[in-house]
Amino acid sequence: MELDVVELSRLQFAMTAMYHFLFVPLTLGLSILVAIMETVYVMTNRPIWRQMTKFWGTLFGINFVLGVATGITMEFQFGMNWSYYSHYVGDIFGAPLAVEGLMAFFLEATFVGLFFFGWDKLSKVGHMIVAWLVAIGSNFSALWILIANGWMQNPVGAEFNPDTMRMEMTSFFEVVFNGVAQAKFVHTVSAGYVTAAVFVLGVSAWYLLKGRHVELARRSIAVAASFGLASALSVVVLGDESGYNASHTQKMKLAAIEGMWETHEAPAPFTAIGFPDQEARETHYAVQIPWAMGLIGTRSLTEEIPGIAELVDQSEDKVRSGIIAYDALMTLREARDATPPEVRARFEAHSDDLGYAMLLKRYVEDPREASEEQIVQAANDTIPGVAPLFWAFRIMVGLGFAFIAVMLYFFITANFRGMRFPRWSLRMAVIMIPAPWIAAELGWFVAEFGRQPWTVDGVLPTALSASHLSVGDLLVTLAGFMIFYTALFVIEMGLMLKFIRRGPVEDVEETERWTERHEHRLRTHDGKGPFAQQPAE
Amino acid sequence: MVLHEFISFEVLRVIWWALVGVLLIGFALTDGFDMGTGALLPFVARTDTERRVVINTVGPVWEGNQVWFILGGGAIFAAWPPLYAVSFSGFYLAMFAVLAALILRPVGFKYRSKRESQSWRNGWDWALFIGGAVPALLFGVAVGNVLLGVPFHLTDDLMPMYDGSFYGKFLGLLRPFALLAGVVSLSMLLMHGAAWLTLKTEGWVQIRARSIGTVAGVVAAAGYALAGLWLAVGVDGFAIAGEIVTDGPSNPLHSEVTHGGTWLAAYAARPWIAVAPLMGFAGIAMAVRGLREGHEVSTLLWSKLGITGIIASVGLTMFPFILPSTVDPDSSLTVWDASSSHLTLFVMLVATAIFMPLILAYTAWVYRVLWGKVTEDDVTGAGHSY
Repeated sequence: MELDVVELSRLQFAMTAMYHFLFVPLTLGLSILVAIMETVYVMTNRPIWRQMTKFWGTLFGINFVLGVATGITMEFQFGMNWSYYSHYVGDIFGAPLAVEGLMAFFLEATFVGLFFFGWDKLSKVGHMIVAWLVAIGSNFSALWILIANGWMQNPVGAEFNPDTMRMEMTSFFEVVFNGVAQAKFVHTVSAGYVTAAVFVLGVSAWYLLKGRHVELARRSIAVAASFGLASALSVVVLGDESGYNASHTQKMKLAAIEGMWETHEAPAPFTAIGFPDQEARETHYAVQIPWAMGLIGTRSLTEEIPGIAELVDQSEDKVRSGIIAYDALMTLREARDATPPEVRARFEAHSDDLGYAMLLKRYVEDPREASEEQIVQAANDTIPGVAPLFWAFRIMVGLGFAFIAVMLYFFITANFRGMRFPRWSLRMAVIMIPAPWIAAELGWFVAEFGRQPWTVDGVLPTALSASHLSVGDLLVTLAGFMIFYTALFVIEMGLMLKFIRRGPVEDVEETERWTERHEHRLRTHDGKGPFAQQPAE
Repeated sequence: MVLHEFISFEVLRVIWWALVGVLLIGFALTDGFDMGTGALLPFVARTDTERRVVINTVGPVWEGNQVWFILGGGAIFAAWPPLYAVSFSGFYLAMFAVLAALILRPVGFKYRSKRESQSWRNGWDWALFIGGAVPALLFGVAVGNVLLGVPFHLTDDLMPMYDGSFYGKFLGLLRPFALLAGVVSLSMLLMHGAAWLTLKTEGWVQIRARSIGTVAGVVAAAGYALAGLWLAVGVDGFAIAGEIVTDGPSNPLHSEVTHGGTWLAAYAARPWIAVAPLMGFAGIAMAVRGLREGHEVSTLLWSKLGITGIIASVGLTMFPFILPSTVDPDSSLTVWDASSSHLTLFVMLVATAIFMPLILAYTAWVYRVLWGKVTEDDVTGAGHSY
């Protein structure tokens, strides 16, 4: 692969975005788990829940700050590295980002300080409300970011304006209630909840294995398993919804994920395992489940899902149609109000395909002068890299089902088997900790790599979106980000491990006071003290 | 949707020009004292306890303050996409430096006191210094460059292009006038940080902050006066030639622009805008007096007034220009040709009208909860602090 400005910009964006998303999922989920724990504290007054709130809150804080810090890069990178993109779709794409700041980010950032500094300054209920505001702010933040991203996947509520040479919003309502965005939002925040649940479960399991902080660990597991089970189910259901959406809006991405080269008569089979071959356009050694793909993708037995070859043919038609639009646009741009009505009508008839003509700009300055081979080439460019998508998707889905199984197991053991966790299950929970991050990153990979060669599906090719920078500029910032981000990651992990090893800080005074007051009520019928420890098994 | 037609495109553009100004001023007034405080940290606080006191004055609020910056960026993206596209990519390496500094800062606040090691803490103290001083300087340099004009042009497809080499993109920004603007913004925010510390601390930290802040205020006022003089004699302004269309499509290439004359012609055309620089001078003068005499609340308020005046004066002087181009003046971005569409501006205004009052209300409430000085006992006790 040639390292030109576009490729380097993509690499930098992918790297900084995936790095940012190491911290975001945990923020999304842990903010809610902490708020739940604090709510239990306020309702029961038991000091252990306050201790849990503070302990998980500390880990939340270490993670949160890097999510915020690396989010700044995301907000500015569109302008820095993708200036033509910013000009071309800023009218639509900028709005949800700004609303995110107004509605969500201000809320979470203003109250997160009070969460950490307000313990002695606020009433119990007041502090709990602050915790919830942080959680709500974080999650609303995800909503608006995913509305922005959902628009890149399925650009609704906008049209091209020849006077300004860009896409302009025609309906804010359509942009916000974009089905793709809404499904992505619930899928993504649920994935964040699973991440936090697996994290809390894993750390608590480690404490149980070590026989430390047993009270805190068991209660944490009970919360995490219930929350995690519901979220893991939600991730899979909404992932399915996204797939269903894709069968209507992003057919090429869906076909690539499935390694479906040819259109199969309905209902299409689902290829569980296989080796997609981009050159030969076939999937070797495919193990197929009959009907499954048709059922998932169309929820019917009769609707066909087009294969890659058919979609490339359609792309070729669109490229030709786009050239007509481009030709009319050139007249429109020169003549402006004096444009003959038939040219304007021609433009409007073909303007939906204008983006496909722009795919030709990689090969020829003026798309109208493109040769037959170049048109075919541009149509072929609309196929993303199939094998990486095929595998990334399958690993993600496999992990998704694994989370359901693990959460279900811990949920049942915690609630119906008296918290008697076998050691193997605790070890498994510890080993599972990185898994949700892997699944989340793969999910973003499928969403973004699967949209190639577009930044905005069918509207703006990635190759045109980048800024007019030099390779030297990119190398400086890329190296800078790598060194800087790696250092921060090492520091962050070091602190996380330090605070996990140290464990919760018990508020001795409060605990004693509370125990005295409640001792009569806490004695169990066999006469043991309320905090008599039981072994982990 | 026809609702948005109730407010004309022209009025919406002016409103959004003003709102972005308000956001940037909001950023300078809130995050400005965080940056000033960070830049002052190694000088006003010597012992570890003193440094923790200083850090804890901004500890609970920097996160919310920083959102003014994020929101400012988001609002520029949403309301002025060409400005966002041209300036952020044109100032590429400078933006990267600002980003790095702004990432360093939150991490510094949060992580510094999480380990006992002295070298760890010293390292983060310098990180906080960089995180405060570098953006404070570079924002001023950027404003100076905007006044001078930036070497970019737009192609017929409205793709922004820059003239200048790899080094030119960073070092080329450091022109004398722009550096002066950088000094003004750095010293102004140092003064603001000192005013904040005067309010929130006591003892030696407060005394040192007051004396540094006094000097910084004098430098800021002198630099600002010098920059005004320089604008009068040494910097060419820009003007729209021919008929000004205020509600046309956002295509900068549709208008003709001349480079020459002086920015200060604006003061002859609209004399009332002289209020802004007067506010700037008066605010700084009173803040300097307050720092010397040890007033607390009023000093911070005067400092805010001074900063508001200085930032507003730049925008009002340049109106309707927001980013002029030296190499191709016709590509210059103005309020009339670089905005979002009528609908987007309207939708964003509705969102702002709903959420901005809420933001101001809860921010005020948080500051009220946190009201009072941060003392050494606060940070050494078992309380909750960085």
